[in-house]
This record gives sequence, structure tokens and C-alpha cells, in this order.
Amino acid sequence: MNKPAEPNSFRIGPDDEGMYGIFGGRFVAETLMPLILDLEKHWNEAKDDPAFRAELEHLGRHYTGRPSPLYFAERLTEHLGGAKIYFKREDLNHTGSHKINNCLGQILLAKRMGKTRIIAETGAGQHGVASATVAARFGLPCVVYMGATDVERQKPNVFRMHLLGAEVKPVSSGHGTLKDAMNEALRDWVTNVEDTYYLIGTAAGPHPYPELVRDLQSVIGTEAREQIQELEGRLPDAIVAAVGGGSNAIGLFHPFLDDRQVEIHGVEAGGHGLEGDEHCASMTAGRPGVLHGNRTYLLQNDDGQILDGHSVSAGLDYPGVGPEHSWLKDTGRVIYSPILDDEAIEAFQMTTRLEGIIPALESAHAIAHAIKLAPTMGKDQIMIVNFSGRGDKDVHTVGKMLGMEM
Amino acid sequence: MITRIDRRFARLKEENRPALVTYFMGGDPDYETSLSIMKALPAAGSDVIELGMPFSDPMADGPAIQAAGLRALKGGQTLAKTLQMARDFRRDDDDTPIVMMGYYNPIYIYGVERFLSDAKEAGIDGLIIVDLPPEMDQELCVPAIKAGLNFIRLATPTTDEERLPKVLENTSGFVYYVSMTGVTGSALPDTNNVSAAVSRIKEHTDLPICVGFGVKTARQARAIGEAADGVVVGSAIVAAIAQCYDANGKRIEDPAEAVATLVKGLADGVREARLAAAR
Ligand SMILES: Cc1ncc(COP(=O)(O)O)c(C=O)c1O
Repeated sequence: MNKPAEPNSFRIGPDDEGMYGIFGGRFVAETLMPLILDLEKHWNEAKDDPAFRAELEHLGRHYTGRPSPLYFAERLTEHLGGAKIYFKREDLNHTGSHKINNCLGQILLAKRMGKTRIIAETGAGQHGVASATVAARFGLPCVVYMGATDVERQKPNVFRMHLLGAEVKPVSSGHGTLKDAMNEALRDWVTNVEDTYYLIGTAAGPHPYPELVRDLQSVIGTEAREQIQELEGRLPDAIVAAVGGGSNAIGLFHPFLDDRQVEIHGVEAGGHGLEGDEHCASMTAGRPGVLHGNRTYLLQNDDGQILDGHSVSAGLDYPGVGPEHSWLKDTGRVIYSPILDDEAIEAFQMTTRLEGIIPALESAHAIAHAIKLAPTMGKDQIMIVNFSGRGDKDVHTVGKMLGMEM
Repeated sequence: MITRIDRRFARLKEENRPALVTYFMGGDPDYETSLSIMKALPAAGSDVIELGMPFSDPMADGPAIQAAGLRALKGGQTLAKTLQMARDFRRDDDDTPIVMMGYYNPIYIYGVERFLSDAKEAGIDGLIIVDLPPEMDQELCVPAIKAGLNFIRLATPTTDEERLPKVLENTSGFVYYVSMTGVTGSALPDTNNVSAAVSRIKEHTDLPICVGFGVKTARQARAIGEAADGVVVGSAIVAAIAQCYDANGKRIEDPAEAVATLVKGLADGVREARLAAAR
């Protein structure tokens, strides 16, 4: 892969066609094309509308609980004996993860567009719960597509969605994970174009979704950037986030992209290791291809068929990644590395025991990478880890793996 | 550039009847069976063959075609083998137009230039790529036209007046009007809407207009054929193939025969369409 020329700014993408270099774009069926053009138009109007911004900010403050704290993980830092580790506490948001930031913005947009029905896909169920939550809050019916495998391993979230009044439709094609749920959501959208808003859960899909979701999640990085300067009087040396579709990661990264002194780390699901197919490290082990409306790094075979992948974390169990990450990888601005299932489980336990905070398995991947990095850095150095969600949904999975009586 | 597709529609115009366009999935359930199905199509009355290229994630297809694609992939089908299927077919038939239909990624991975030259050499006449709207024309559409292949575009009920010219701009061969919003194989819309849509598109182009997505019976084919220049049948054919196998995948009927019977009925329906319209 040729390295693209270094841009003057890493924060200007995408172009008018929705491209980040060769990545992104609008690879959708004609039926959906007018819809995503309409979405783009409405988003461009909404994001510059002070009333829209004000409503979003108000909800962020009073409904979500923003700003989320930037917490100094003192005992973890001491234990590792290296860089100071801060957690950006998105787990403390209403509904328990960063997903709500995106959902609130998109439901306001849906309302503005006069849509009356919400559909969403979900992996870990966090996005499904956040979608069901905002649908309840704004009185719209909501259908959530969820892979059958994920319905099994994220049961608590399935119950939450039911309680919130959403309909959860299990999808059994493929491995029954996030990719299959996304296919089914797109099929629903292609069928119900008139009244339906597709509330996509990550910074992927056809333009303008990757940009739209990034903008809504950038509140994470914008806050963190201010908070660290308040607390430490300077920018961090490194920032770290887990990458599933890439929304929490791009949300943290984007405001820091032009701070060249800040090293940026994206963490992919290494599953059982990169030797076989049992992982979801699309950028480390995949190659560019076209799926779900955009060109991006994908796990695929030599015939261009998409592989299913594996991760212990349902939220990272996706064979692709948002297109902006693919571009950031090729430009070299962000370093992407895999973390194995076992390493994530270990980080999950360490964080729980040392800090008294149970992380989502997705976030545990980011923490596991921080655990590797911190000791290689000086004690005067600073690192921010995106604590994207709380781990209540995962206690069954982890308990079972640790052989606990459930 | 005149392709087999252009020649075929010109001839049908002389005969004053619409085309029957038949879709099947290449390699479903295995290469040999699938090739025998393909070879049976022209004699049964198919005027244009749509050769499906299986893809792991067919996001615009309903359950029947999804399942067919998975069966084909399980049977070892690849894009290279689908091209080979066209080559094998062309040994005995240099007349019937073949349009390859599917999703972009397998072509992208095969390599666009290599694919176009192999497709041309294999006797392919046109392409329908579901996830390449006009906004993405530089990817494959423009190179395909340069290579001498028709690029057939889908127009849908969401394609409004303003957008239609853009959709038609680089389209050649024929226009495929998807008669409803939805995935392949869903319910048929009422024919009044279809004829209104066909008239609307005709105002913008002289290309033949074929209509599909949901046509299952000879009677429906006849009704659609009254208004359209061609009727596309896909899911019904794919479902007929599936029904030749029991729950354990054991063959209980000859798929090529089953498809031929179905297609004959559909062809009769299509042939009656203009007579019906005249009455
Ligand atoms: C807590 C949490 N973190 C991270 C992710 C991964 O998604 P993304 O990469 O879009 O942030 C998920 C997805 O479900 C999640 O629930």
C-alpha cells in the first residue's frame, strides 16, 4: 500500500464525495441513494443551526450527564509504574456507554427530517439500548437488528431494549453478529424508505454517516482535550481507544489529530490471534474492499467474500472499520494494534480490582493496550484511555470464561 | 458499439413482444448443475440471461437469493468460476445476451481491469452492480463502457424526476426498473404503478425498460409485459432450484428441468402480453 501524501491537516476530511483518500464513498443501492443525499443535506443544515446545537448540548448535559469525567486511574498507574493513565469516563453516561452521544444527535436529526420510525443495528447491545432509549424519550417506534449470537451473549441488554419498548429482531444469517445485523438493517431501510430513519451505531456506512457520527462523538475528544489541560496544564503524550466500527475512537481522536506531539493508538480485536480467521483486526490483517456502503479495510478472502471474524467482545466483532480509520492508518497518523481476547479479559479483571470500575469488554481492549504501553513510558508522561462503556453487560461472559458459578 | 443486448432488443421490437429476462445464481448449488440450468434457459424462452455473482453480504437481496448465494459459495463458486461458466455457455450459444449481476467487492478484489477484459473475453455483454450508484461511476461503470460492456442501471421508485437523468446518463443496454422499494423477492406492486413509472422513464430515454423484483407467475409476467420492454424474473427461479433438494440437500428433482418448466410458463405469459394489451 502506498502511503498517501501527508495532508496539511488531518481534520479536513471527507471531501464532497464522502471520500477520505481512497476510503469511504457511497456504495449503496439506487433505492437508498436519494435517502443518503437527503440525510446529508439535512445534516449540513442541522450542524450549523444554533437551535439544533443548543438542544443537543442541553440533552447532553441533563440527560446524558456530560461532560463525562476525566479520571486519574491512580492505582492502575502505580501498579504499572509508567505513564499517568487517565480514563475518559464514557461509561458514566446515561445508558452506560458513548453510544448515547451519537443517538441523541441522530434522533434530533430524524425528528427534524419528519421520520416516524427508527431502525438500528447493534452488536454489544449498547447501541441498541441507546437507540431504544432515545426512541422512548422522543416517542418513536424502534426496531433493533441484533445477531442471534449476540442476543445470546448480551442478554441483559436485550431485556433492557424490550423494557424500553423496542422490538429486537434476531438475525441468524452468517455468524449472527454485527455484520449480519447491519445487512438486515439495510434491507429494512431499503424496504421502508418513506418513514424510516436508519440510526447507524458507528462511524461507518455510506457518506455522510461516518462524518456525522464522528462529529457527534467528537464531544469526547473535545472535552478530554480541555480537561487534561486543566488538570495537567498540557496535552497528553498518548491517547488510546478500542476500534469496533470506530465511533468512540474517532470521537476521542479527531480533536487531537493535528496535535502532532500526541501519539494516537487504535486497538483492534485480536481474538484468538491473527494467525487464523478468529479475530477482527481488519486494519492489521485485512485489506481494502467495499462493504456496507463504504470502502475500507475488511477481513475477506481472495474472492472478495467477507469473513465473519471473532472477538470475545460483541461490540468489536465486525470485519470492517469506519473509513476514516483506514485513511488514518495509511497516512500513519494513528497506530493500530491488536489485543487478544485473553489480554482483554486480564485487563477487565485488573481494572475491576485496582480501580473498582468494571469496564465493557470493548473498553478492556483499550485498557489492555494501555497496560502494555504505560511501562514503556516515563512517569512524567500522560496517557488518556477512552473508557467507552461499563461492563455490566459482560459479567456473564467473563464469569463463564473464568469458570465462575453463574 | 452494438452488443448482443442491443441486437436482442432490436429483434424483439420487430417481433413486437417484451423480453423475458431470467436471473439465476451462478454456482447454485454447484458448478455443473448451475451450468446445466444456464444452458436450458434459452430453449425454455429466456431472452436475456442474468448471471448472478454470489456475495457473502447481499444487502439488497431477500431470503431466496441470499440463500442461493450462500449455497453457491459453499459449493466453491468464485468470480473466476462464474466467468468460466459464461465461457462454457458461449461454446454452444453465441447469441443470448449475458448480464452479470451482483455486488462490487468481488470485482474490486479481482481487479477492475482484469475483470473487464476477462468478462469481455468470456462473452459477457453487460453488468448490473447493485451497490454502484452513478455517484460511483469512476469505479467500474466508465471503465466498463470503455471495455465495450453495457452498464445497466437500476431505477427505483425513489429515483425522482430530478435524479433520473443522472441515473440514465451512463446507462446502456437497458434500464432495469426495480418496481418497488425493498429487497428482491418481495410482493409484487400493482401494475398501474408500474406502467406509470415506465412511461415516466420513457420520457427520458429510448433504452428498453425491463421491470422486475417480485415477478413470480406467468400471469404477473404478462401484466408487467403489457407496459414494459422486458420482465425480469429472479427469486422465483432461484426458489424453484431450491425446491429440487430436500432438507438434507439431496436432489429429488432435476433443477434444470424444473427451471425450464417454470421459464416456459413465464415465456408464454410474456408472449401474450402485447396481445392482451391490444385487446
Ligand atoms: C462500550 C463499547 N465500546 C466500544 C464499542 C465499539 O464500537 P465503536 O468502535 O463504534 O466505538 C462498543 C460497541 O458496541 C461498545 O458498546
